[in-house]
Formats: sequence, C-alpha cells, structure tokens
Amino acid sequence: MMRASDDRLTIYERSRPGRRAFVAPLLDVPERALDELLPPELRRSEAPRLPEVAEPEIVRHYNRLSRRNFDLDTGFYPLGSCTMKYNPKLHERVAGLPGHARLHPLQDPSRAQGALELMWKLQQSLGEIAGLPHVSLQPSAGSHGELAGVLLTRAYHEDHGDRRTKVLTPDNAHGTNPATVTMAGYEVVKVGTDERGNVDLDDLRAKATEDVACLMLTNPSTVGLFEQGIEEIERIVHGVGATLYYDGANLNAIMGICRPGDMGFDIVHFNLHKSFTQPHGGGGPGAGPIAVAERIEPYLPRPQVIVREGTNGSGPRYDLDYDRPKSIGRLRGFQGNYGVFVRSYAYIRSLGAAGLREVSEVAVLNANYLLARLQREGVAEYLPAAYDRICKHEFVLSGTPMKRALGIKTLDLAKRLLDFGVHPPTVYFPLIVDEALLIEPTETETKETLDRFADIVAEILREAAEDPELARNAPYATPVRRLDEAQAARHPVVRQAM
Amino acid sequence: MAEASYPDDLLYHSEHDWARVDGDTATFGITWYAQDALGEVVFFEAPKLGAQIVKDESYTEVESVKAVSDVIAPLSGEIIEVNTALGDQPETINEDPYGEGWLIKVKLADPSEAESLMDAAAYQATLA
Repeated sequence: MMRASDDRLTIYERSRPGRRAFVAPLLDVPERALDELLPPELRRSEAPRLPEVAEPEIVRHYNRLSRRNFDLDTGFYPLGSCTMKYNPKLHERVAGLPGHARLHPLQDPSRAQGALELMWKLQQSLGEIAGLPHVSLQPSAGSHGELAGVLLTRAYHEDHGDRRTKVLTPDNAHGTNPATVTMAGYEVVKVGTDERGNVDLDDLRAKATEDVACLMLTNPSTVGLFEQGIEEIERIVHGVGATLYYDGANLNAIMGICRPGDMGFDIVHFNLHKSFTQPHGGGGPGAGPIAVAERIEPYLPRPQVIVREGTNGSGPRYDLDYDRPKSIGRLRGFQGNYGVFVRSYAYIRSLGAAGLREVSEVAVLNANYLLARLQREGVAEYLPAAYDRICKHEFVLSGTPMKRALGIKTLDLAKRLLDFGVHPPTVYFPLIVDEALLIEPTETETKETLDRFADIVAEILREAAEDPELARNAPYATPVRRLDEAQAARHPVVRQAM
Repeated sequence: MAEASYPDDLLYHSEHDWARVDGDTATFGITWYAQDALGEVVFFEAPKLGAQIVKDESYTEVESVKAVSDVIAPLSGEIIEVNTALGDQPETINEDPYGEGWLIKVKLADPSEAESLMDAAAYQATLA
C-alpha cells in the first residue's frame, strides 16, 4: 500500500536522474554548432532543472492530482458571482480543430483570414449583446478589462483637457473594482447601498462631483438585484461629465433581455469564462473583452481587428489596424487568447439570440426557485434572505441567525457542504451582509439538483442543532481536512525545493 | 477570547473601536464584536509613529481571512506608540482585544472629543 507521504510528493520529488518520458529521434539533418544557431549570450549557462520522470509516472501524478479537484464536471458549484455554468464539450472539439489550434501567433493576417473573421464576428456579437458598437478582444481577464476601461476613461477625459481624480464604486463592489481604480492612479470613493439593495441615490448625488471620472457598476448588482434606479444613476453620472462603466460579472442575468448600452453605460467588460462558457482556469488563459460607445472608440487598444470590403468581386478582407493615434496602446502580446474566442463564439452561434435570452431567463428562474426552496421552514429562520425581493441570477443569505441559534458560522456550513459532494457558495461576500452566502445556481442545473442542494442545507442545519461540532470540524470526506487558512496567511510557505 | 465582553472602563466608537483615555493620552483597539466579525486576523498594517490621525477617519487596516478592513480613529491626535508585537502575532487581536491586542497609543488633540463616545452599555445596545 502507498504511504500517505508518497501520495503527496511533488513532480520534482518524483524525479530520478536519467529518467525520460520522451527520447528524441536520431538527427536526420546535418548537425550544426550551437554558436551558429544562437549566440552564447542568449543561451542559458546551465541546463534547466526539469523533473526527470518516466511517462507512466507523469500520467499517474497528474491524474491523481486531477481526482482531488472539485470541478463542474464533478458536481454542483453554486459559487455566487462566478457563474459556474457547465462548459459544453463541443467547444473543446471546435477549439481543437487544427485550423484553430495550430495557428501561429506570427502568421501574417493575409494567411489567418479565418481566425480574424472569427474574431471580427465575435466582436460584432458581443457588441450587439452589450448594445455598444465597438469591441476590443485584447484584455485577457475580467480585471484586465476593468483596467482597460478605466484607462480608456482617463484617455477620454485627458483628450478633452479634463483632469479628474476620483472614481466611484458601490460599497458592495467586487474587490477588483477599487483595486483597478487604484492601479490606474485614481482615488476610490465608495457609494452606499440603500435598504432595498440599490445604489443610495442621495449618497451618489452628494459624491458625484466634477472631479469624478467614472462610476463603476454591475447590474444586476453584487447582491443579485436589478439596479432599479439605473436611469437616474445614468443622469447623475453623465450630468457631471463622468463615464459610466459596466462590470460584466453579472451579465448572465440579462443577456438578450436588456443591454448595458441602452441603460447608458459607456464601457462594458465581458467575462468570457462566466457567461460565455470558457472554462474557469487557474488564472488563465482567459479573456475579458470590452465594448465601448462611439465617443470612447478612438482610444481603444491597438491593433484593432477590422474588415475591408473586397475589390474586383473578392470577399471581405480582415486585417489588423495599427493606425490609431489616440489609442491607449497594446494591453498584451499578440491578439489575445484565441482558443477562448473560439469557444465563446461557438457558444453564441450554437444558441443564437433567442437561446441566449433563454439562458438568462432560466438562470434567473433557477435562482428564484432555489431562493424560494431555501426560504421554507427549517432554513429561513437560520438563513434569511438579505433582501426581500425577486432576485436575478443569484441571491444573498445571511448566516447571522444560524450563528446565534446553532453556534455554527457560514464558514462551517460551507465546509460541511463539501462532505455532501457540493461546492460551497461564495461566503463572506458581499461585505455589506453579515455572514453572507452568495448563491448562484446558473441555468445549466436541473430542478433535482437544486432540490437536493436545498435538502442538504436543511440537513446540515438539523444536524447542527444536535451537534454543532460536526460542522465546526468539517470537512471529513475531502482529500485534506479543514485547512488552517489563518496560519497559511500569517506564515505562508512559498518555496518548494527542486 | 471566546465570549463577548465589553469592559466598563473603556469608551466605544460606533465603528467598533475602543479607547482607554488616561489624561491627554489614550490607547486604541478594536472591540470583541469587531474581531469576531473579522474572523482570524492575519495582518496588522502598523501606522507610522508621529502620524496625525483624525476622529472618525481610517488610520490603518487590518486583514483577516475574510477581508481587509479600515480601522477608524475614535479620537484625534498624534500616534506616540504602535503595538509592533502584532507584526509577528496579529492573532493577539483576536485572543486579547482589550489587553495585549491594543493597536496604538495617541497623544490626544482634544480630550473633550471623548464626550461623543459611548460607554459599554450604550455600545452593547447598538449591537443588539
């Protein structure tokens, strides 16, 4: 039997000198001296320290690691604000076609017409969904899209001789919003939330001054509610000459139903890994495209994918346009993570406009169904809804009564859910709700899955009433038991000997 | 400290800070409620000695496993001492919020500001 410690070895600890997974074939071209091929100053002085492991050991190592993951192909994953919807396998097949997968990033545009056409058409589709005509696919994450948006705002104001210093964000905003504002050199000013869960309009009026560059907002908001004052918000923000920025984190609730551009937003970012089925990965590769209004267009990143009408009866020609003197410049190397574009374009074309609308309708229906199931007797008295309203694609519960009556915290409930094979919802966010649980079921889950989740939550509360220690020490059924998160943050071990 | 407590010899600010006033100096910290709501504190951003702080405004941050939070000054003044031991052991804020977990000492700009703070009973009433 394998010892527990063997099971936890890193790939480097499995390394033995001389072991190989791949043996290069004999050279069938004349050998040339290294110096002829690459000057010495560009070559490393010693061999890289790569693990030396045989192929079966590599396969077993990573297969073992993969089985310790919890993912969407394993079970229900209602992680609020993250839109963990199922990612259709068809998209992997399409993205894996040689014409997509083997494209070289340095290919001349004239030889990559199909790829540029796909990017152009994805831009058109995203622009239509956002209600804003001009799109850049360059930003490579949601946070990167935010940064692009705030840099565009600054470029717009400066081009109009206007130096502004502040950006407004709601007090329930994603942490990336204030972080982006700070990165872009602006001062963050927080706007309050009223008791209905909307932006506090009086507070917004007081803080929307002539030195405000932008308001960053998500709609529906981070508490899963449609921003009922959006038209008045638009008037206030544009009234002081600021831009209105749409964080696309919650776009899954409104696709094909209403459009940020029609609400008056100037800049929108999309999270292709949320609404548009790009698998969520450990930090990438991702895409966070942006769509902007006419007046922001001159500042978009360079180059832009463009189309020119064909001449002499030939079809349209796609190209990269670098001639953009007011552009904020390049945001990344090459043209972005192309495989991501293929998957999201496949998704949009598979569903079509009516299908995307149905996605949002079912996402909202599922969230409201699950909310209603969780507001029955046995759960509601411990986990009341933070706002008594019809929700959009997600909703917030407060664990405060549970903590008082049963002596278990939201964190304990979350950890105990793991033992039932369910990924916990987002916890302790948004910050404005005490002991918060943010639950987003998405449209790809069945009624049976939602019922089972509600039953599991009720079961955990019942067992906590008898023995709170059960939840306090959970999980029990996972590859590792409860981690000491505080100790990990206080004394992190960040080096691994190789 | 597992059980909630709010010592009678302290003054309290609505943003869950306490002040122990001694003539024209005072010691500041966060309340039992604040440390419990934050969860396990993992980092205390030590403010600079000599810095001027203003009542009701943030003078530093604490980070817990849940979030980074501003710490609000209950009174105005100049920082004359910082609890540097918290750098290595921020958990002291959870374990002993009114004792070893104190944050800073301040030379008060206007001791009469203390009249606006709450006593233990009034503060506890706001938590109910």
